[in-house]
Amino acid sequence: MHDLSRPDILSILALAKKFKNTPKAPTQAFSHKTVVNLFFEPSTRTRSSFEIATKRLGASSINITSSSSSTIKGETLIDTAKNLEAMNPDVIIIRHFSSGAPYVLSQVLKTPIINAGDGFHEHPTQALLDMMTIEEAKGKISGLTVLIVGDIAHSRVARSNIYGLQKMGAKIIVCGPPTLIPPDIQKLHVGVSHSLKEVVSKADVIMMLRIQEERQDRIQFPSKREYIKYFGLTLDTLKQAKKDVIIMHPGPLNRGVEIASEVADGPYSVILNQVTNGVVVRMALLSMLMKAGKIE
Amino acid sequence: MKLVIKNGTVIDPSQKLNAKKDILVEDGKIKKIGTINENITTTIDAKGLIVTPGFIDMHTHLREPGEEHKETIRTGSEAAARGGFTTIVCMANTNPVNDNAYVTQFIKLKSKTDSHINIYPIGALSKGMRGEELSEIGSLKEAGCVGISDDGNPVMNSYLMRKALDYCRHFHLPIISHCEDHYLKGKGMINEGLHSTILGLRGNPSASEEIMVARDIALAHLTKAHVHLAHISTEAAVRLIADAKKRRVPVTCEVTPHHLFLTDEAVKNYDTHFKMAPPLRSSKDCIALKRALKENIIDAFATDHAPHSTLEKNIEFEEAAFGVIGLETALSITFKLVKEKVLTLSQWVEKWTLRPAQILNLPKGTLKIGADADITLFNPTQKIKINKETFKSKSRNTPFHGWNVEGNVCYTIVGGKVVYAYKN
Repeated sequence: MHDLSRPDILSILALAKKFKNTPKAPTQAFSHKTVVNLFFEPSTRTRSSFEIATKRLGASSINITSSSSSTIKGETLIDTAKNLEAMNPDVIIIRHFSSGAPYVLSQVLKTPIINAGDGFHEHPTQALLDMMTIEEAKGKISGLTVLIVGDIAHSRVARSNIYGLQKMGAKIIVCGPPTLIPPDIQKLHVGVSHSLKEVVSKADVIMMLRIQEERQDRIQFPSKREYIKYFGLTLDTLKQAKKDVIIMHPGPLNRGVEIASEVADGPYSVILNQVTNGVVVRMALLSMLMKAGKIE
Repeated sequence: MKLVIKNGTVIDPSQKLNAKKDILVEDGKIKKIGTINENITTTIDAKGLIVTPGFIDMHTHLREPGEEHKETIRTGSEAAARGGFTTIVCMANTNPVNDNAYVTQFIKLKSKTDSHINIYPIGALSKGMRGEELSEIGSLKEAGCVGISDDGNPVMNSYLMRKALDYCRHFHLPIISHCEDHYLKGKGMINEGLHSTILGLRGNPSASEEIMVARDIALAHLTKAHVHLAHISTEAAVRLIADAKKRRVPVTCEVTPHHLFLTDEAVKNYDTHFKMAPPLRSSKDCIALKRALKENIIDAFATDHAPHSTLEKNIEFEEAAFGVIGLETALSITFKLVKEKVLTLSQWVEKWTLRPAQILNLPKGTLKIGADADITLFNPTQKIKINKETFKSKSRNTPFHGWNVEGNVCYTIVGGKVVYAYKN
């Protein structure tokens, strides 16, 4: 999202909307196209979303999952990708645990690549579906205050949403324990808070993030209990929020940790709308790439 | 065997020389400096060139024994000669580690057969560089080591470091310290700050260097033993070293070309050729490092030449090896400081010759009568474009590929013998 322009974002979202408003019947326009899902990290939501999007477009997809890096596997990432490219797929979707891996591949491959999340760098399709969801619920993005709460340091969702939402005119506040706020993030023109109670009233949108325990290789806060006390979103905390606030979460939810069940399932929640929109946003991206061959 | 170098500008800080002179070399030694009118067949016309004591790189990784696919003693010494170095000092992190006299002897022996330049080894501070037990430092010295270091693995145990310093003082061996707090650094791989945040890469804060510099200064003060701080990268470290020197604590330090001329912004495309330890810092740090050179707070240059093959570099950034090569670019890159008027010519020469020799007690870095005829001839006006494909080194991991620089090595002479001559 760092390098995607506002007009690019607008055209992707417009196309996604079009897909959402048309019936589910598969189009045959892309029946001769092949999409490769290359996933180096476990994923349920994102991978199945891409797969369904691919199938709805009439294209076929194959899944490759691996959990080892170049150094462990003995075959480099670039070699793996070049081998796949040699089979002439039309799009390669990559998720990787290492920040920058999709960027590096985009430099050596001719096939269009979609970043389905890399390390704690970016997760652009998540940001796009989030933007679509916000616009649906609020009628606009510009002028809204979006509060992102949780492990910002290890979150690719936070980074992509910061870049994307700012380009669309939203104001961002990140909130989390000081140990989970990355250094110099205020230089990206975001507000920083360490108290959910203090900022919850300012938000039009609250985006809750999971504690990324698998990425936190070292001590980040004293205990889950204390984390919940300060950063868990409960009905009680929500009392101070705006009446028309919406609650988002990229999933998977840790119920009872960052988000109470009553909140996740409550009237403010648009969490499942996010998942629904994920499919059409990915359809939009895939169709643009399969048509044009390359946009980014 | 006689050789005359005529009409060059001889710059030798060891005798405060900066003048147009001829040099007569006989039987591998400096015989005379002045006007040489003898008729000698082997003459090098050095008109327009700078003639200096042979350059010394006090911080090189040669990879032999153990990782010969990256560099060998032969290729490393060829790269050094091409880069204007007549002497290099190789670090102990080979495989096996140079933590005993047998490995040192192997390196010395291999140097004799495979290298045309002088190679001095550094011995490991601890066995296996594991930071647990002292290696046999006395035997390492007897075998030819000129300094002691676990470079690459900071010695986190302050007690061990203190004992090593006490022990080394007796042998007149400096300890070269790689200053990074292992715990604070963690898996940090680039400078901590805005760029690490944007790239989603774990940061390594300046404080990890600062803490260890402060500790080593305290230990040097305590033990009165000489600590040499390797590849200083931060303004904070400079401030601490300046203060220590004022208090006459026996510390010296070095800086690399990449830490002087590159910042963490260079990492923005996940280019692994900008990944090294310590990491590239901010422009503020670069400015502080340059000023510290000018004020002689930083004693010497060093390349930290760290060869890696594409196997270790052409992969995910987080997986890639730390380190860049520098032998074949260091002189041209650091000469920019003379062009930028940060350093005088003499200062620039001193930090690549006399100071490294003094720090490691090497009988080098001088053109005094009777000294080994190790001489570098440098063309200060020749413009070149750095091209990694022309390197003699086995590896290509330079951050300076494609740079246009002014100043180039013309001749490298070791013991009166021309070991490298620039060919257009």
